[in-house]
Amino acid sequence: MTPETQISEYQALRNSAFLRRGRILAGIMQAALFSCAALSVLITGAIIWVLVTESLPFFQQVPFWDFLTDTEWTPVFTEAHYGILPLLTATFWAAGIAMAVATPLGLILSVYLSEFAKPSVREALKPILEMLAAVPTVVFGYFALLFLTPLAKQFIPGLSGFNLLVPGFVMGMMILPYVVSISEDAMRAVPMSLREGAFAIGMSRVQMAFQVVIPGAFSGVTAAYLLGFSRAVGETMVVAIAAGQNPNLTGDPREGAATITAYIVQMSLGDLPHGSLAYSTIFAAGLVLFVITLFFNLTGFFLRRKFREAY
Amino acid sequence: MNEALHIASPAVTTPTPLSPEATIRARVSNLDFWYSKFQALHSVSMPIHNNKVTAIIGPSGCGKSTLLRCFNRIHDLYPGARYEGAIELMPDGLNLVSRSVDPILVRLMVGMVFQKPNPFPKSIFENVASGLYVRGLRNRSEVEGRVEKALKQAAIWDEVQDRLKKPAYELSGGQQQRLCIARALAPEPKLLLLDEPTSALDPIATAKIESLIADLAHDVTVVIVTHNMGQAARISDQTAFMHMGKLIEFGETEQIFTNPTVDQTRDYITGRFG
Ligand SMILES: Nc1ncnc2c1ncn2[C@@H]1O[C@H](COP(=O)(O)OP(=O)(O)OP(=O)(O)O)[C@@H](O)[C@H]1O
Ligand SMILES: [Mg+2]
Repeated sequence: MTPETQISEYQALRNSAFLRRGRILAGIMQAALFSCAALSVLITGAIIWVLVTESLPFFQQVPFWDFLTDTEWTPVFTEAHYGILPLLTATFWAAGIAMAVATPLGLILSVYLSEFAKPSVREALKPILEMLAAVPTVVFGYFALLFLTPLAKQFIPGLSGFNLLVPGFVMGMMILPYVVSISEDAMRAVPMSLREGAFAIGMSRVQMAFQVVIPGAFSGVTAAYLLGFSRAVGETMVVAIAAGQNPNLTGDPREGAATITAYIVQMSLGDLPHGSLAYSTIFAAGLVLFVITLFFNLTGFFLRRKFREAY
Repeated sequence: MNEALHIASPAVTTPTPLSPEATIRARVSNLDFWYSKFQALHSVSMPIHNNKVTAIIGPSGCGKSTLLRCFNRIHDLYPGARYEGAIELMPDGLNLVSRSVDPILVRLMVGMVFQKPNPFPKSIFENVASGLYVRGLRNRSEVEGRVEKALKQAAIWDEVQDRLKKPAYELSGGQQQRLCIARALAPEPKLLLLDEPTSALDPIATAKIESLIADLAHDVTVVIVTHNMGQAARISDQTAFMHMGKLIEFGETEQIFTNPTVDQTRDYITGRFG
């Protein structure tokens, strides 16, 4: 073949209408994907910007140290206090209880689904579990307030009508499908060759699951729980409805207490004058929430990436 | 005495000595195997000689791995697997593939090393110790002694003795494979199964493992599947040639490689296989 025919062949390929269409389509797709990605980054950036600028007046008037150490949160009282601690502890109580429920259940369920269940059983169970995730959170909230709390009162002496225990428990059930789905994925990503190695050495299925699969999926499973925790921290409806709206620094989860999210909802519903200090508390509280969930999400994200690299 | 130790004792103590005249460690007789509907082994019969290396060779898909995986009942993990016939473990004549024999107990007596190194996501030490823990062995100094012995047997002790607590994933592929050999050796199995243990390794790592296998045969009975004719010729004492799920020829390695009695065997060994 002479160089001339090679060049003309290249030219012919270049001029091919079919290939040109493909190139144009690829260009359009790339631009569309890029704009979607850019939009989400833009929105996140805008949220951060609003949170920071709107809470700036708050931090100009309230010393940061008071914000962190004051044990009362009473922004609309005449003698106002701006300590985030009551909201923060309530948030961690509820999310902690949710994790106490979701961790053991989630571990058992995901081990069962990935290592024990027959494919047919797994295919039947997963949609049921995912249905749990599709229930609107308002429904969970009223379920906690109107059904579970009265029921729990019969067994737990001293349980208030609004409390942290029951909504915590319900949130645990709510994040369960989420946690199970991620940790089961991580467990199934453990290669079959590792399982065969475990069996070849004489392990039972239970030993294999706990000594080989879970350690093999460790970062993925941990990521699942971190992301679950972050969701529980940011969850709003259940706690706003069933844990009450009263900022209350308490060590007793049988009492009601407003979480950060519940406070934000409550204040946003009222008609606070824009620009007032009380109004900016919403954004200060929101900023704290954002920092917490960002921290757990990022840790979870890096762990997940790490487990993808492992094999 | 707890139950774990009770079950464990036969596997943890040294293998039952064979009488001097007995040279057969296991006997495969009329073994058939099915993957659900597909029959992958047809009436395979062959002896496994004690403290010797038996090589299984044959073209891809002929059933070498299938046969090897019968010895430790790994097939039982997958639904539809079915055995007929026997693999008797001497001297007691226990039929390893009998339905009434617990596959977990079989695996406690038979070690296996796979094609791709598959260390557990644990430390080097814990990898080798895991087979001992499974048998209920907990005594720290005994576990340490056996881990060290197995790592030395697998010719990797010098490379890892300073970093036993490090994750096994930090080792090279060849080191990982020797670690897996150590893991299989630690419980002192009566049979050691190797399925193409060097196919994922470079020539130097392969040479190391080959000389290791030759040394091992002083005190372990080895069955190895390999695609590498040179390897089979170098390290094995007996060779089995398989084709389409059948055993075509079995004999002393030297005889199989210099003077095979079946034409198919000769064609395969000389590379003229169609
Ligand atoms: N899980 C399975 N289900 C059904 N058939 C299988 C399965 N595994 C293997 N087979 C079939 O059984 C036959 C023997 O397979 P086997 O893996 O034992 O071959 P092999 O000799 O080890 O080949 P190779 O040298 O390529 O590893 C093949 O025809 C294969 O297609
Ligand atoms: Mg094979």
